[in-house]
Amino acid sequence: SPQVVWSMLGNRQFCSYKMTTKTQNFCRNEYNLTGLCNRSSCPLANSQYATVREEKGRCYLYMKTIERAAFPRRLWERVLLSKNYEKALEEIDENLIYWPRFIRHKCKQRFTKITQYLIRIRKLTLKRQRKLVPLRRKIERRENRREEKALIAAQLDNAIEKELLERLKQDTYGDIYNFPIHAFDKALQQQEAESESESEAEREEEDDDEEEDKREFVEAEDSELSDFEDMDKLETSSEEEQEEEEEVEKEASHSRSKGKTPLKGPARRKRPYIEIEYEEETEPGTKTK
Amino acid sequence: AAEGRGPVPGDGAGPSAPERVLFPPTFSVSEIKNKQRRHFMFLRWKQQQRKEKLALKKKRRKEREALGDKAPPKAIPKTIENQRVYDETTVDPNDEEVAFDEATDEFAPYFNRQTVPKILITTSDRPRGRTVRFCEQLATVIPNSHVYYRRGLALKRIIPQCIARDFTDLIVINEDRKIPNGLVLSHLPDGPTAHFRMSSVRLRKEIKRKGKEPTEHVPEVILNNFTTRLGHSIGRMFAALFPHDPQFIGRQVATFHNQRDYIFFRFHRYIFKSEKKVGIQELGPRFTLKLRSLQKGTFDSKFGEYEWIHKRREMDTSRRKFHL
Repeated sequence: SPQVVWSMLGNRQFCSYKMTTKTQNFCRNEYNLTGLCNRSSCPLANSQYATVREEKGRCYLYMKTIERAAFPRRLWERVLLSKNYEKALEEIDENLIYWPRFIRHKCKQRFTKITQYLIRIRKLTLKRQRKLVPLRRKIERRENRREEKALIAAQLDNAIEKELLERLKQDTYGDIYNFPIHAFDKALQQQEAESESESEAEREEEDDDEEEDKREFVEAEDSELSDFEDMDKLETSSEEEQEEEEEVEKEASHSRSKGKTPLKGPARRKRPYIEIEYEEETEPGTKTK
Repeated sequence: AAEGRGPVPGDGAGPSAPERVLFPPTFSVSEIKNKQRRHFMFLRWKQQQRKEKLALKKKRRKEREALGDKAPPKAIPKTIENQRVYDETTVDPNDEEVAFDEATDEFAPYFNRQTVPKILITTSDRPRGRTVRFCEQLATVIPNSHVYYRRGLALKRIIPQCIARDFTDLIVINEDRKIPNGLVLSHLPDGPTAHFRMSSVRLRKEIKRKGKEPTEHVPEVILNNFTTRLGHSIGRMFAALFPHDPQFIGRQVATFHNQRDYIFFRFHRYIFKSEKKVGIQELGPRFTLKLRSLQKGTFDSKFGEYEWIHKRREMDTSRRKFHL
């Protein structure tokens, strides 16, 4: 009889569905109505019992009566409840008519809860689902290591500086910067022995105001090669001097107007140097373009 | 066994003078059972090896000097970049097919100066402080960009709205555990969508020796090392973020440098000290990206057509193979 069952399972002996915690006892039986381990909600200790369970989105009412206690296979009778909430409640009522109040009430409560969470599931699946992708530790570590090594191999600062200098050489900046173009000088020195006429023609071309700093390096190298040419050009130099002095002033003002120039020193230093150099050397615009 | 050990030092504890020790040819240091002795022998053997190596080096250097001009050129050390497996999709600068493709792909209107980029930057749901600050700084770096909060909106719904309001690009920064770790870059009028994994994000205040704030000038763009077809298309995506005409007065440059499939982003201010020297000063945030997938259309994780996905099992098998 149920009383005996309860007196065994409830307190004294072992019930495999019972889970105890500090404050409460829970019942893990799948047919349990409330989930707690009580005298009134234990499906094993009550010969007349009912639950509501859902399967694949449909709710069923399960009932157990004394008559079928001897037939475990047919013990639980299942009734499909309608999808309509109110109708389902009525169905519960009419199936559990004359049943104890407690079971009826709890069944309806349980049914309500179930429908609520089913609605929620349907709503959530329509919204965007956040996909959780687990990070693999080994792979994360490997990628971090490789990233560090790639960073070292990249030598970013050098690469950026090289790229900027390349762009300067290829004249993408136009007239903003007035630096002499070293590479062309070097190429020219190689060609000077071969073609002096070309260099004469280009002497008149002076777009950029070069030579300020260049003069310092160039002098030492060019002195051997271009001595003869210098002699010839002594006369023409004076005119060009005047032109270039103006350009020099423009250039200095350019450098001031650049705005954020943390290096004002070298920019200012250029001017006195230029004027000095001018008188000595007379090889303007020999640089081929 | 005794003969096998050669001259026995006093107690075997300290390293004796490393003279040339003669061992019978079948002897190996690992056969000695005594650990202390074995360790000692191994150290001695190591010293010998080092000596031999040094002697070899010296000899080679002497030979090189002796030969003078006729010496063979120095051997180039092997680096990972040198040993890289040749990728058949590497773009040849003169390739016509590539040029034609690029003239007709989704970025053509940008490169023909028909469209001006307008960027929308947003995050995943509920961004934390770091991500928010990163978004703001990114917005200062990229001209003509706007930051909007996500507030739980679905990407697929905001994309048509963006297109309606004339945005050209959408950047979504994904966040995990309070740090940004992913970037989705989508070119809007049905352009490609690239999904990156973002790492080492440094905000402006974490960068040492940084300069002042980036100004409103349009920066220049440097794209380094994008060699393959895939790299090319990614490079163009990045270039399309910035307006086509950089203002050189601003002297700012944004760099996307690809090294071994990692894309490093830096933002600098430069100044030419002379025609051979340039000084750069880092301002602005920095981060590294690694491409995870490239999708043909706009963001659509379920039905999109993927041009390239990183498949770990297939693509990470060789350490010398890179895809960008």
